[in-house]
Amino acid sequence: MKKKEYGRKMGGHSNWPEWIYVGIVIALMLWVGAEAWNVERLVEHVPEGAEVIKVTGQQWFWTFEHEDGTKEIGELHVEKGKAYKFEITAKDVNHSFNIHDYVVLMDAIPGRVNTVWFAPTDVGEHDIQCREYCGLIHYNMRGTLYVEEPSS
Amino acid sequence: MVLELQKPRPIWQIMFSTHHTDVGLLYLITSMSFLFMGGALALAIRAELFLPGAQIIGDAMTFNRIFTVHGTTLIFLFIIPFASAVGNYFVPIMVRYKDMAYPKLNAIAFWMIPPAGALIWLGFADFTWYATPPYSIISAPGPAADMWIFGLKILGISSVLGAINFVVTILKCKHPDMSIGQVPLLAWSFLSSSLIILVAIPTFAAALLMLLTDRLGVTGFFNPAMGGDPIAYAHLFWFTFHPEVYVLVIPAIGMMYEIIPRFSRRPIFSYNSGVFAFVLLSIVGFSSWAHHMYATGMSFTEKTVFMVGTLAAVPASAMHVFNFIATMWNGRIRFATPMMWAVGGIALFFSAGAGGVANAAMPLDFTTHDTYWVVGHFHLFVMGTIAFGSIGYFYYMFPYVTGRMYNETMGKVHFVMSFIGTILVFFTQHVLGLYGMPRRIFDYPPIPEWIAMNQIVTVGAMIIGVSMAIFLGNMIYSSAKGKPVDAHDPFELGGKYYYPFEQKNPHH
Repeated sequence: MKKKEYGRKMGGHSNWPEWIYVGIVIALMLWVGAEAWNVERLVEHVPEGAEVIKVTGQQWFWTFEHEDGTKEIGELHVEKGKAYKFEITAKDVNHSFNIHDYVVLMDAIPGRVNTVWFAPTDVGEHDIQCREYCGLIHYNMRGTLYVEEPSS
Repeated sequence: MVLELQKPRPIWQIMFSTHHTDVGLLYLITSMSFLFMGGALALAIRAELFLPGAQIIGDAMTFNRIFTVHGTTLIFLFIIPFASAVGNYFVPIMVRYKDMAYPKLNAIAFWMIPPAGALIWLGFADFTWYATPPYSIISAPGPAADMWIFGLKILGISSVLGAINFVVTILKCKHPDMSIGQVPLLAWSFLSSSLIILVAIPTFAAALLMLLTDRLGVTGFFNPAMGGDPIAYAHLFWFTFHPEVYVLVIPAIGMMYEIIPRFSRRPIFSYNSGVFAFVLLSIVGFSSWAHHMYATGMSFTEKTVFMVGTLAAVPASAMHVFNFIATMWNGRIRFATPMMWAVGGIALFFSAGAGGVANAAMPLDFTTHDTYWVVGHFHLFVMGTIAFGSIGYFYYMFPYVTGRMYNETMGKVHFVMSFIGTILVFFTQHVLGLYGMPRRIFDYPPIPEWIAMNQIVTVGAMIIGVSMAIFLGNMIYSSAKGKPVDAHDPFELGGKYYYPFEQKNPHH
């Protein structure tokens, strides 16, 4: 009785459409969250035997060191069909290592080593860029990824 | 509160006043000035990016300084002071008190803003509004960087003082006959956002001091060369500035809660759900800060926790949107200028929120993080939602402040142009981000898709620029020569139900 009076005072309508709406929104968010959790879990799983490439960002270029000790600056040559694991760090300020075409993105932070992996699927050239603001020439801290046919 | 400007007073009487409407007027003029200054910088950025290569801004350093000051100005010197202006005008009247709880503190909080603005503008720092170490410690040129740090410090103190004032005014000074459940939603929005400020800001205040001593070389909190950790700064920064997003957006939503029921000529659909959503937002806003840092090398568990915290904010925001639509449903809507801005703001709020869900999902974030997608996303909030709500409210309060009516046609032209411009600029920036263009770059390689989209964005920005010039002209002309209004019903909505501001607070 008292509740009814209160309801009339608050505008005299029930709120059930809002409850249904909020329920739908919560269900959508649960779905997005579960899907994202599942995909990320798979994406982060580094395959065994991935070749390590050490990536160092500094103002304003990228240095790459392969497992066999060869070094490259501004260019990275990899082979199609192999899995690579990047170990990323920086010398001076924060950078962010990015190969957009392969959704490779990881911050390069001095004093830390972050890892991310990828496996190129097609022969070709792709842009490498810095995606974290790092000063004067941040806009041109770019490089090129060359994906080549396996040599063997 | 009405007709302040129809009784001419010497300017120093307004400047040295502690009366809430005078301080509100000072906040209003200051924040609107900074809106135009920050907007001009945005136009310079867009003109530069129209084509690859250097256009009008000669070098990258100037460009970096411009986007830093653009962001700092519009967040700290437009959005926050504008909300304070509205709060100063309306909160004491809504809780039926003669003034803010601490009038002198109120004036002090305002007068900290001009020197802070001067420090930021005279310094013109280059390390982005995020001031990320170690760049800001070892690489950013002084004294600009130090001036920026001091400017932000002062603005932080000003925010905290203002927040204390709002909390005390609403909780302690409201009329004894008025329960907290009868306080209008606009005042609720100020209560929520002020409480967020009080919890969130001190963290960044500490981080700023640490940044300063790091710059002086005395300490190495964030300097890896001295054993510090830059990620610690990122955590401290975002612990303040993710909740700060809600500090910015909640008052704008509160302003829409004032506009939409009046111009729909219906009571708000659900007052209780509005209050609930404000309080919920101000709590869950604290559980999502590290979603800005997925790519810093966080563990899978950390990312999952912050993704859940981020998604938890969505239902509360969605409740506001529902409330607005349900209020307009079957309403006798009068699409005057303030209503158009509010409705446009809701549409863009929804779009921004939908894009935000994509950001929050961990795997998608690695596509969008630090690209133009993010620029488009948060601008849909700060421009599309907050500035739209604020400008709508500015039109709404204009007749009350000046006693004159703005030019309705020009107001509508302003809205239509800004709405089209906003969609052109920020929707396109989302797509540009998916094509991989990073943020904060002075120049870009001539990739055809990037050029085309940058040109669309620049054209949109210029449309917004023209509409803002119309706005400025309209305001200046109408405040002096506009048609005098009947202060009891300037928008000709009819019915006494819709105006609670009959009470005038005399100067004391």
